[in-house]
Amino acid sequence: MVNKVNWLHKDLISLEPLSREEIIFLLETAKSFEEVLERDVKKVPTLRGKSILTLFYEPSTRTRTSFEMAAKILSADTINISVSTSSVSKGETLLDTVRNLEAMSVDVIIIRHSFSGASEFVSKRVKASVINAGDGRHEHPTQALLDLLTIWEYKKTLTGLKVAIVGDILHSRVARSNLFALRKLDNEVRFVGPATLVPEDFKKLGAKIFYNLEEGLYDVDVVMALRIQKERIGDGFYPTEREYAKYFSINRETINFAKRDTIIMHPGPVNRGLEISSDVLEDKRCVVLNQVTKGVAVRMAVLYLLLSGGKVEN
Amino acid sequence: MKIKINNLTIVTSSGLFRKNLFIDKGIIKKISDKPISSRGVDFLIDNENLMVFPGFLDMHVHLREPGFEYKEDIESGQRAALSGGFTAIACMANTNPVNDNSAVTHYIKCKSNETGIPVDVHPIAAITVGLKGEKIVEMGDLKKAGAVGFSDDGYPVENSDILRKAMEYSKCFNIPIICHSEEKKLSKEGQINEGEVSLKLGLKGIPKEAEIIGIYRDIMLAKLTKAKVHIAHVSTKDSVELIRRAKKEGINISCETCPQYFLLTEEEVLGYNTFAKVNPPLRTKEDVMAIREGLKDGTIDVIASDHAPHHIDEKDGEFELAPFGMIGLQTMIPLSLELVRLGVLDFQVLAEKLSRKPHQILGLKPPVIKEGEEACLTIIDPHYEWVLEKDRIRSKSYNTPFLGKKMKGKAVYTIKGGKVFEIED
Repeated sequence: MVNKVNWLHKDLISLEPLSREEIIFLLETAKSFEEVLERDVKKVPTLRGKSILTLFYEPSTRTRTSFEMAAKILSADTINISVSTSSVSKGETLLDTVRNLEAMSVDVIIIRHSFSGASEFVSKRVKASVINAGDGRHEHPTQALLDLLTIWEYKKTLTGLKVAIVGDILHSRVARSNLFALRKLDNEVRFVGPATLVPEDFKKLGAKIFYNLEEGLYDVDVVMALRIQKERIGDGFYPTEREYAKYFSINRETINFAKRDTIIMHPGPVNRGLEISSDVLEDKRCVVLNQVTKGVAVRMAVLYLLLSGGKVEN
Repeated sequence: MKIKINNLTIVTSSGLFRKNLFIDKGIIKKISDKPISSRGVDFLIDNENLMVFPGFLDMHVHLREPGFEYKEDIESGQRAALSGGFTAIACMANTNPVNDNSAVTHYIKCKSNETGIPVDVHPIAAITVGLKGEKIVEMGDLKKAGAVGFSDDGYPVENSDILRKAMEYSKCFNIPIICHSEEKKLSKEGQINEGEVSLKLGLKGIPKEAEIIGIYRDIMLAKLTKAKVHIAHVSTKDSVELIRRAKKEGINISCETCPQYFLLTEEEVLGYNTFAKVNPPLRTKEDVMAIREGLKDGTIDVIASDHAPHHIDEKDGEFELAPFGMIGLQTMIPLSLELVRLGVLDFQVLAEKLSRKPHQILGLKPPVIKEGEEACLTIIDPHYEWVLEKDRIRSKSYNTPFLGKKMKGKAVYTIKGGKVFEIED
């Protein structure tokens, strides 16, 4: 049953400012949309006549397709634009780009950008709703929401769990969004990885810090491996991939440090053999593909709430 | 021109006095307790709320001319300085072309004289040619052209051997080396102070240690060379402590801080506020308190603005692409008075940090309020309340986190070269 929460936000930029109730409301709304995905005819008229733009300054397969799928199932019209980030500094400014696009009466702009804060910047300057599909190393709110929805399904609760997020925390927008949301719902969040990628100051934001995989995974309900973002991090954070995999890879042996009924998650795309091994990806506790399915429902919910102003019809 | 100042509070090195002043042909002729006869006076200032200070000098200003006149030029910078109550400013060398030769220094001197705006502009030349950190500039020639200091502000000289030689060579001309102290390899690509806020916003942090290590090196080179060294824009607690110890040891250094470092913290950046993106970055509450302590105990000699104008098109975009810097000439008086209101400084010490010390460090004669001395004065109303609106800003740019904020205190007149300049509201 959907709680009565008034959804008053124009945009979804980050989970950090949202209340516990708002996050639960988003997830409940997403849950109600999951049923649509199981139908033969996956189409509802909810957002007919709305135009939705994806503006991606970074490559993406999963997230963009997921948003587009969600919009199409809701009968909205979609346009996809990919821009190479290299043209940002020499070409049209981000502000001019979005203002021009908005002038074509777009209702929602879904933006992914390699700079932290780019989505918030855009949201403050356009009337259209803006959804952050990942901004630099800041946040990726719909990813964390789909992670929560997955956890909810498998763990039957959204609260009181121990969740270990393993790997390149420093550069991860997924880790930040998950931290903010999981903490609001009173879960224990552990950041596990080499000290170069797990700054201690994250304690101030509510995380527990572990530099040792065995200790970090001990007794956890959820293991979330993060992609080592080779393109973002540069050199010097760990000596070699060989040594990284030796100490921080989630594999057949190390997964045993966690609870027996733990679930194994990864936001993708995966570097097989680096942060997670192929055999663990085949493990029946691995829910990576279920996460992807949940992603469509979550994005349907977000589009729906932003465009309907929170009036939920049952 | 005969100028009479009636019944105002005069701030001198020996204290605050309620006095009457008579200025004729630019010289302070008389300071007395008794009212001076008004006969034949051309200009009368009679407002018991006002305070008379020796003329203020902002020793850290970016005027952007030549090269970046769309951000600021010499004339607009002087206007902003006058409006902020300054009788003089010193401008940094990172123009295009860089002020690394006497032709550019000469150009700045001439251009600033031609504007007729009563704010002396003292160029600070680069330490190395093109700010490249490789080859020291012709210091003798530059001094002769009017340079009062040398600084590669923004681009610290990375090679310690070159900086050492620059310091040693500067002794021939008794002119200070002004260090922007920063270990650039450690602050590389950093955006804001490293810590809770940088993690929350997902911005690359600049650890305090980048400044602290830089300052330590520069102190040690000052000790080695015995040159006159000034550390620019000190922003961390440990920086203050290092300088405090160095001074105790007798090393010939001085330093400055800016209002943003004794009033603002990293929290100002939340919401990706590019107007609060400055270098060094805004730090933490703990640092703010330590900077105030350093001002109080005299470790920090000078308050400067690091006035760094940038065009709105450069600031209104992705945070990581926005340049560092904020303007500060017109907010210096109200923000520095905040220190008096907080009980950190008294008016007398404030006058030291805004007038006497910066003049001394740059080898300029400090203005003095004394009979027989030249009248170079900044007259302020410490209680005047106003709001920093865009249309009050005389600079070409309005990049400051104080935009729209309430201010208390303002310059009302400056007196210089025998004339009174009334500062528009």
